[in-house]
Amino acid sequence: MIELIKKTNINFLGKRNIAFVVAGILVTIGIIAIVQIATGRANLGIDFAGGTAIQMKFEKHIALQDIRGALERGGLKDFDLQDLPTENKVLIRVKKTEQELGQISDTITNSISQNIADNPHIVDSITAIGPKVGGRLRADAAKAVVMAVIGILIYVAFRFRFIFGVAATIATFHDVLAVLGIFFLMGKEINLILVTALLTVAGYSLTDTVVVFDRIRENLKLRQRDSVEAVMNSSINEVLSRTLVTSLTTLFACISLFFFGGEVLHDFSLAMILGILAGTLSSIFIASPVVLLWGGKRLFAKK
Amino acid sequence: MKKKILWKLMLIGVTFILAVIFFLPNTPLFLHMPDWWKKNMPAKGIVLGLDLQGGLHLVFEVEGNKAVEITTERTSSQIKELLAKKNLSADVSSDRLNISIAPSSPDIRKVVEDNYPNLVPVGSGDRLTFRISDKEAQRIRDIAADQALETIRNRIDQFGVAEPTIHRQGVNEIVVQLPGVKDPKRAIELIGKTAQLEFRLVEDEAKVAAELPQFIAQGEEEDILRQFAGKIPDDTEILFEKIVNKETGTVRKVPLLVKKQASLTGDLLSDAKVNIDSQFNNPYVSLSFNAAGAKLFEEVTAANVKRRLAISLDNTIYSAPVIQEKIAGGNAQITGQFSMEEARDLSIVLRAGALPAPMKMLQNVTVGPSLGRDSIEAGKIAGIIGTIAVVLFMIFYYRLSGLIADFALFLNIVLLLGAMASLNATLTLPGIAGIILAIGMAVDSNVLMFERIREELRVGKTPRAAVDSGYRKAFWTIFDSHVTTLITAAVLFQFGTGPIKGFAVTLSLGVTINLFTALIGTKSMFDIINSRRELKTLSI
Repeated sequence: MIELIKKTNINFLGKRNIAFVVAGILVTIGIIAIVQIATGRANLGIDFAGGTAIQMKFEKHIALQDIRGALERGGLKDFDLQDLPTENKVLIRVKKTEQELGQISDTITNSISQNIADNPHIVDSITAIGPKVGGRLRADAAKAVVMAVIGILIYVAFRFRFIFGVAATIATFHDVLAVLGIFFLMGKEINLILVTALLTVAGYSLTDTVVVFDRIRENLKLRQRDSVEAVMNSSINEVLSRTLVTSLTTLFACISLFFFGGEVLHDFSLAMILGILAGTLSSIFIASPVVLLWGGKRLFAKK
Repeated sequence: MKKKILWKLMLIGVTFILAVIFFLPNTPLFLHMPDWWKKNMPAKGIVLGLDLQGGLHLVFEVEGNKAVEITTERTSSQIKELLAKKNLSADVSSDRLNISIAPSSPDIRKVVEDNYPNLVPVGSGDRLTFRISDKEAQRIRDIAADQALETIRNRIDQFGVAEPTIHRQGVNEIVVQLPGVKDPKRAIELIGKTAQLEFRLVEDEAKVAAELPQFIAQGEEEDILRQFAGKIPDDTEILFEKIVNKETGTVRKVPLLVKKQASLTGDLLSDAKVNIDSQFNNPYVSLSFNAAGAKLFEEVTAANVKRRLAISLDNTIYSAPVIQEKIAGGNAQITGQFSMEEARDLSIVLRAGALPAPMKMLQNVTVGPSLGRDSIEAGKIAGIIGTIAVVLFMIFYYRLSGLIADFALFLNIVLLLGAMASLNATLTLPGIAGIILAIGMAVDSNVLMFERIREELRVGKTPRAAVDSGYRKAFWTIFDSHVTTLITAAVLFQFGTGPIKGFAVTLSLGVTINLFTALIGTKSMFDIINSRRELKTLSI
């Protein structure tokens, strides 16, 4: 039998103060990120903010400053350039303007064709989103997050005691906020695909927490004479290898996606990787301490 | 006990074969199948989303208020004619929203109210003011969206796109999806063009017409309009004819003073065709009017010989030939500097008819075919590498049991692809991520069981007892963990856009199938191992 870890007896709950401080910092960054997003100061993707993004693939290597020059000669002022991890691919973004949607992409493609004639390009994709659709996508994303939270709360409260549901939701929130905060600090784009990743992280992290809670519940019934803290600690230790193995296999898939999955899924898989790490840690260090602090001894009462 | 295993194995076998049959159309193998197979067996398989096969996703907003304005203008001129016919002298004018009539006599009021029940009076004063009632305006907006949808459908049919999707969304939006379009820019122009064809008399006689410059450069239109605002007669306006120098590509505009009121419009056309003139080999569009149009055209040309008649599309003049003589028979042509493609597209929009109101583009997602191919390739590589990593790890960590988990994983992937193919589900780029993620998560159920079985073995149970109680105890945990993922997937499906819906579909299918492969697949493998003889040890 190969064991990632031998039978352990780590006092996870004893480290709750450290865990709460670290989690507190991550959550604070996440909340700051949300405030910045809400006030429009974060790097919102064009699907939320509106605007035009064009991805181009050039035949040869091209310097960003050449593209910058070409676009400026074409009369564009407010734009972002980004070198994509895939070779010779460049992303040009223009945030919302007064110009009509179709015209911006024409201006971009025309000024590149005219000014960079010696390095032919093909247009990989154009995404142009008007402010109305952007607003709707923002609202839909917000609705999705709220609905996911409610759905999770209801399910966990139905399957477990209310206090477990609250703790699982707090742990899940921690993970989502942590990933969002890190993305914000890295200056990554906040877009629809990130929201998708965040909701997936939420589902994954909740699964992790549920597995731990399942074992705690089982052990609470069997070992009424021990302290709640002891029962929790040994439960976490018992499921620890499962938690680590599953995180590992899911990480394998995400890391593979990160390196080989192409530019569009790059940030998605990065968010998943961060989310899996956060989810694993929160199910071990955050979820149970929250239940302990709030529920305490009453947990033994039979349901 | 043995019979039970047999049943399970048969169940696995049948689902496996079904999955392969459904997925077959997505493999090159399908082409080599015999004809009876191609005819009678599933032939569609998984559909690629626009982001993978390339194409256009457009959302337009029909500017319904413009349709209401157009109706207001039209009603205003109808009232003018009606009052003239009844010998009531009146001054009728409209400012897009309101129709205003002077003098404010009870006779006139009665005529208007009797004939136009959809108009409601606005305020009071020395002029009678009417506007279109809210209910009627709503109806006009609704009809405009319907007509626009119909017109776009016609245009796309004639343009020739395989499997377009065109539908209304909300009150006034139209969603157009065109998979695999080679020339997206051309398609967008074809769809978005209002295509309001008008024949208008040119006012070369007016004094101010002589003051208009011969040519201007592109971009100077606004200056000209500002410069001449207020100087031109009330019933005229300035439109521009576009002239492209074929050699240098420079664009010049010719300002022309034309009547505001069109003599004829495109709704009187019966056909439009592309022809090529024999002299210069230039394509042009020949028009045929219907009976009413032909009669009107004859009248207009008869009454205006030696004057110029401008042909404009969406307020851009294509040509302004001089009427040499009365033209009977109802044929006309639009000449200009067209390429063959432009002439063809022009004839399409003229045949399909004008949009009832202009449209504004709200969203344009264009994906080139090469990006889609790259994405699929990248997805395949990432999927294969991810799978190999998971497979090797499981064997390394759980030995023979890991091999069983890998068998379940393989089954999981095949059934997932088969299920998607049987539903003709759309595979999108995030959908690929969903599959790969599901691969990583698929082994979780097995991990949960194996860890439980290990615990049971540690307390000294026999392998068979350990497997059975391990399964039993892990079941609800597995169930719980699947439901949580399904909740988020359901939410994503409900609120996501197309690509994200694809993600929700693959993830939720993957997770559901995982329940089957883990609970039925892995378990029966263990049962087979255990059924021969009582094992002393279990490779786990």
